[in-house]
Amino acid sequence: MGSKTPLYDKHVEAGARIVDFGGWDMPLHYGSQKEEHHAVRRDAGVFDVSHMTVVDLSGARVSEFLQYLVANDVARLEGHGRALYTCMLNPDGGVIDDLIIYFVGDEDYRLVVNAATRDKDLAWIGRQAEPFDVGVVERAELAMIAVQGPRARELAAPCVAMEHRDAALALKPFNGLFAGDWFVARTGYTGEDGWEIMLPAADAPGVWDRLLAAGVVPCGLGARDTLRLEAAMNLYGSDMDESISPLEAGLGWTVAWEPAERDFIGRAALETQRNDAQRRRFVGLLLEDKGVLRNHMKVVVAGVGDGEITSGGFSPTIGRSIALARVPAGNYDRARVEVRGKLLDVRIVKTPFVRNGEIRIDV
Amino acid sequence: MSELPGDLLYTNDHEWLRRESDGSVTVGITEHAATALGDLVYVELPELGQDVDAGGEMAVVESVKAASDVYAPVTGSVSAVNDVLADEPERINADPYGDGWIVRLSVDDIDEGELMTPDAYQQLLDDLDD
Repeated sequence: MGSKTPLYDKHVEAGARIVDFGGWDMPLHYGSQKEEHHAVRRDAGVFDVSHMTVVDLSGARVSEFLQYLVANDVARLEGHGRALYTCMLNPDGGVIDDLIIYFVGDEDYRLVVNAATRDKDLAWIGRQAEPFDVGVVERAELAMIAVQGPRARELAAPCVAMEHRDAALALKPFNGLFAGDWFVARTGYTGEDGWEIMLPAADAPGVWDRLLAAGVVPCGLGARDTLRLEAAMNLYGSDMDESISPLEAGLGWTVAWEPAERDFIGRAALETQRNDAQRRRFVGLLLEDKGVLRNHMKVVVAGVGDGEITSGGFSPTIGRSIALARVPAGNYDRARVEVRGKLLDVRIVKTPFVRNGEIRIDV
Repeated sequence: MSELPGDLLYTNDHEWLRRESDGSVTVGITEHAATALGDLVYVELPELGQDVDAGGEMAVVESVKAASDVYAPVTGSVSAVNDVLADEPERINADPYGDGWIVRLSVDDIDEGELMTPDAYQQLLDDLDD
């Protein structure tokens, strides 16, 4: 028996197929993963992401600490409420985890890290925080609901307390605010507009019921994975881990090189890799034929070498199989993937595959 | 889940088999298998005339989540495939015992010893739930 979120009974009530995910009993789907996927692209869906780990950091030196802890630079956060996506690296430049950092006050930040990496993340952050005298408090008592899709904010707005509703609706992308004891952020993991709401566990079932009554479709981890793959958003443990740097995981844009004197953990290793001509590429693949690309399949680039699919699957929006892959350095735009002993043609495409309901690649 | 069709035989691997009047057999996967896999998005069908051995790989069904082999429940050769599945694999989810059939096999004789009656297969499913 795994851990249960405050919405577990709601999932069972909605007919969820429950699976173990990093020690949590989570909904995989509620009948049709594809229909849930389409609901998010076309209308609105809701995900229980209460398994995610929320950590509050506070202290006079908290900004300085985060400038040391992560590869992106919190100095880029121009005002309270702004969010930053980044990786936390080990000294070799490998990714300990990817996370979102919300700048909530001059001496306060909120972090959201992955569920499966909770223990090592908390241990690492706690150890690094000591010299900075930064308080590290896990907020395990909070539930987290992601409501995503073109109509998500409109349908979820009535759930937000009246006095905070207009401000929540006025949030710009990648911004969040406190609405009483809720935190509402215009962020997500689907490539669609929407909110992620952190709220007291006791409030979550009522919000869930109201969203479903408003026509928002309950969505499981299955749809969450196909949606994030179409949006080319990385999944920790699949697309990168402690042996992979952000530069080989398509996350170079999350590394803040300037100011050059900012010494974050892993910087020296990244500087070396940055100039390495043999550094592997991280690319999107579109399968030209029928079939399905899967994690760990071998990518064969004629005359260059082999790579590997890090996340593969079927794209419900495109109706074809797509993948993210780490492949050898070189200038090429075609490759083949070994699928059950056969080599199938794939085209390297610029990601994202899908964003805001629209297919962004040539198919 | 709805009741199992009473006129079919079943396997441990969740295939079903129907004896046709011409002596051939039609094969598909059970509703339990289709539901466990989730929405199917691709079916790899065998070639016509291909010989298959009982228990050997015969086709592959892929859902959004996973790929799964379909095993031949009996020895025979492929006499027909459900071509419609190439474009509409979701038919297996919608109608696993009807429109969602996968392969038809010409067979010489059927060793029923390896196959399960509806009651026996229902027992297998009940045991899985425990």
